[in-house]
Amino acid sequence: METDNWRRNKRVFFAVSVPQLTWLLIFFIIPLAAVFIISFSEKRGIIGHELVWDWKNYIRAIEPIYLSIFAKTLLTSTAVTVICLLVGYPVALAISFAPRWLKLALLFAVTVPFWINGLIRTYALIAVFRTRGILNFTLEWFWSIGASVLAWFGIEVGSYQDLQFLYTNVAATAGIVYVFIPFMILPLYAVMERFDKSYLEAALDLGAGHWRTFFTVLLPLTTPGIISGCIIVFVPSLGVFFIADLLGGTDSLLIGNVIERQFLGANNWPFGAALSFLLMYLTFAALILYSIVNKKSKKIGGVDV
Amino acid sequence: MKKITATLVCSLLLAQSPVYAAEQLYLYNWTDYTSPELIKKFEAETGIEVVLDTYDSNETLLAKLKSGGGNYDIIVPSHNFVSILVEEELLQPVNISNMKSFSNINSQWKNPPWDAGNRYTVPWQLGSTAFTVNTDVYSGDINSYKVLFTPPPELQGEIGMFNSSDEVVGMALAYLGYPTCSEDNAQMKEVRDLLIAQKPHVKVYNSDGIKDRLVSGETHMHMNWNGYSIRAREEIPALQYAYPREGLITWVDNLAVPKGAQNPENAKKFIEFFMHPENAALQSNFAGYDSGNKNAVTYLDEDKKTAPELNVPEGQKLVFSESCSQAALALRDKVWTEIKK
Repeated sequence: METDNWRRNKRVFFAVSVPQLTWLLIFFIIPLAAVFIISFSEKRGIIGHELVWDWKNYIRAIEPIYLSIFAKTLLTSTAVTVICLLVGYPVALAISFAPRWLKLALLFAVTVPFWINGLIRTYALIAVFRTRGILNFTLEWFWSIGASVLAWFGIEVGSYQDLQFLYTNVAATAGIVYVFIPFMILPLYAVMERFDKSYLEAALDLGAGHWRTFFTVLLPLTTPGIISGCIIVFVPSLGVFFIADLLGGTDSLLIGNVIERQFLGANNWPFGAALSFLLMYLTFAALILYSIVNKKSKKIGGVDV
Repeated sequence: MKKITATLVCSLLLAQSPVYAAEQLYLYNWTDYTSPELIKKFEAETGIEVVLDTYDSNETLLAKLKSGGGNYDIIVPSHNFVSILVEEELLQPVNISNMKSFSNINSQWKNPPWDAGNRYTVPWQLGSTAFTVNTDVYSGDINSYKVLFTPPPELQGEIGMFNSSDEVVGMALAYLGYPTCSEDNAQMKEVRDLLIAQKPHVKVYNSDGIKDRLVSGETHMHMNWNGYSIRAREEIPALQYAYPREGLITWVDNLAVPKGAQNPENAKKFIEFFMHPENAALQSNFAGYDSGNKNAVTYLDEDKKTAPELNVPEGQKLVFSESCSQAALALRDKVWTEIKK
């Protein structure tokens, strides 16, 4: 059966795609067009705006103060993506190698938190990070064990001082990582599950070390999972605002927070719309840059993935 | 397919208009700001079912009304938004001053500048915005904004501020002796410098979970409303509410009936009901704010009667928050972004 030749069955193709296209039109194209138009409007009155077709909002959006917030947001999202990858890759690998019953349990453990609203999970993290919270209690416990061991050798270390986690950029970044990490693990797992494990045995049998096997066999063959994982972590993490609001410190303002404030507190929809579109263009630029770099490195490496 | 669509449409329509339901009242109020007992009593007395929906800022309320959504019967705008709503023709006159129970309202809140003759509104709750200090940590005089903005060593790094530009910038302006809205670049520059100098001592900008942070010791000083401060003091007596001598920022949230209300008659019944002192007291006992009802005090819980947060000291200077001009708003947003970046 010819499955890919849709041109022969244009009507069928059209009929089948109508629901999706309608969906996209109503919930994506039209709202996006509306926001695009608003970004060329001017704020009038308290919550009103009028279309004037000028670049004022965009010119304001590239003032140094907003550019610095964009830069900080990009940096945070990059850090989040890298951490998600470093933590998620071994986890996904472990799941794919686990026996069947454990595999299901582990996948379940990764996806269950995913069923709970991100806001609720972020609130739960407050109890973990706060001064007299779970993390500090745990560290205190380890400290007291360590101290009693050291006391045997006659070394006094004093009592445990609570560390400040909540309301720092560390907590904000950790919170974003926590909310997004399933998006990294699942695509990686999907690729690793299909990956033929006998390649690893072959490489090891033929004398490649563990590191070499990892970098020349496993890593190149799981690259598609890494790419899709990175994209679906990086792109949405650019727009988060509630995590930085709840866990972040006094300077954890991200561009998502600024945009949210324009649409709510400041009631300046045109400026918020311009910032949103700028963020979108930045995302596209990052993705295009990535695909160019990726193509080049493919040619150099000579590995077809 | 057609049949399915038709069924869906029908069920949607049914869901929207509960044909068989009794009389209803759609109340749109701030979050965590409606006494459940008050609602229960109103429902029992009138047989009208109250449907509650909530919002978190005047802007949200305004945006919802402007976009024509909601069909609410009662809304609770702050005093500085009442004139805006009237100007935008979003309220309907209900002439509250003609209602029987209006005589219970304190003369101070009759005929207020934002609603001459009480044509549209009557106070729901009124209170102040200042800050709460743990006096076990800092035992000095707390009745000045100076403690908040240039904190003593004991409180440095232990401060929680609201996460909203209007309240933080407004308070800084009040400290500096300016009106709470400013279009003046030089004044706003002073505000910015003050808040940037304060920032290293601030632990968090967040308007939620204030009581939690004060009680758990996460912060020892926090911007706060007087009603919320009561709740914190009830758990730790050392958490005292400050009365800044530079001027206490005061606000009044008001009951009003929006245009397009589905049940305006029920809304009037609710307002009439609320102005009865025993009912106003139910709300005050729940939320911890004054109701502007001079006879409600007899029905207040004993601890509310004597609460220092509810009894403004004699001779305290008051500052009413205003609704800012567009220029002032733009400047405020810019300053806020610079502070928080």
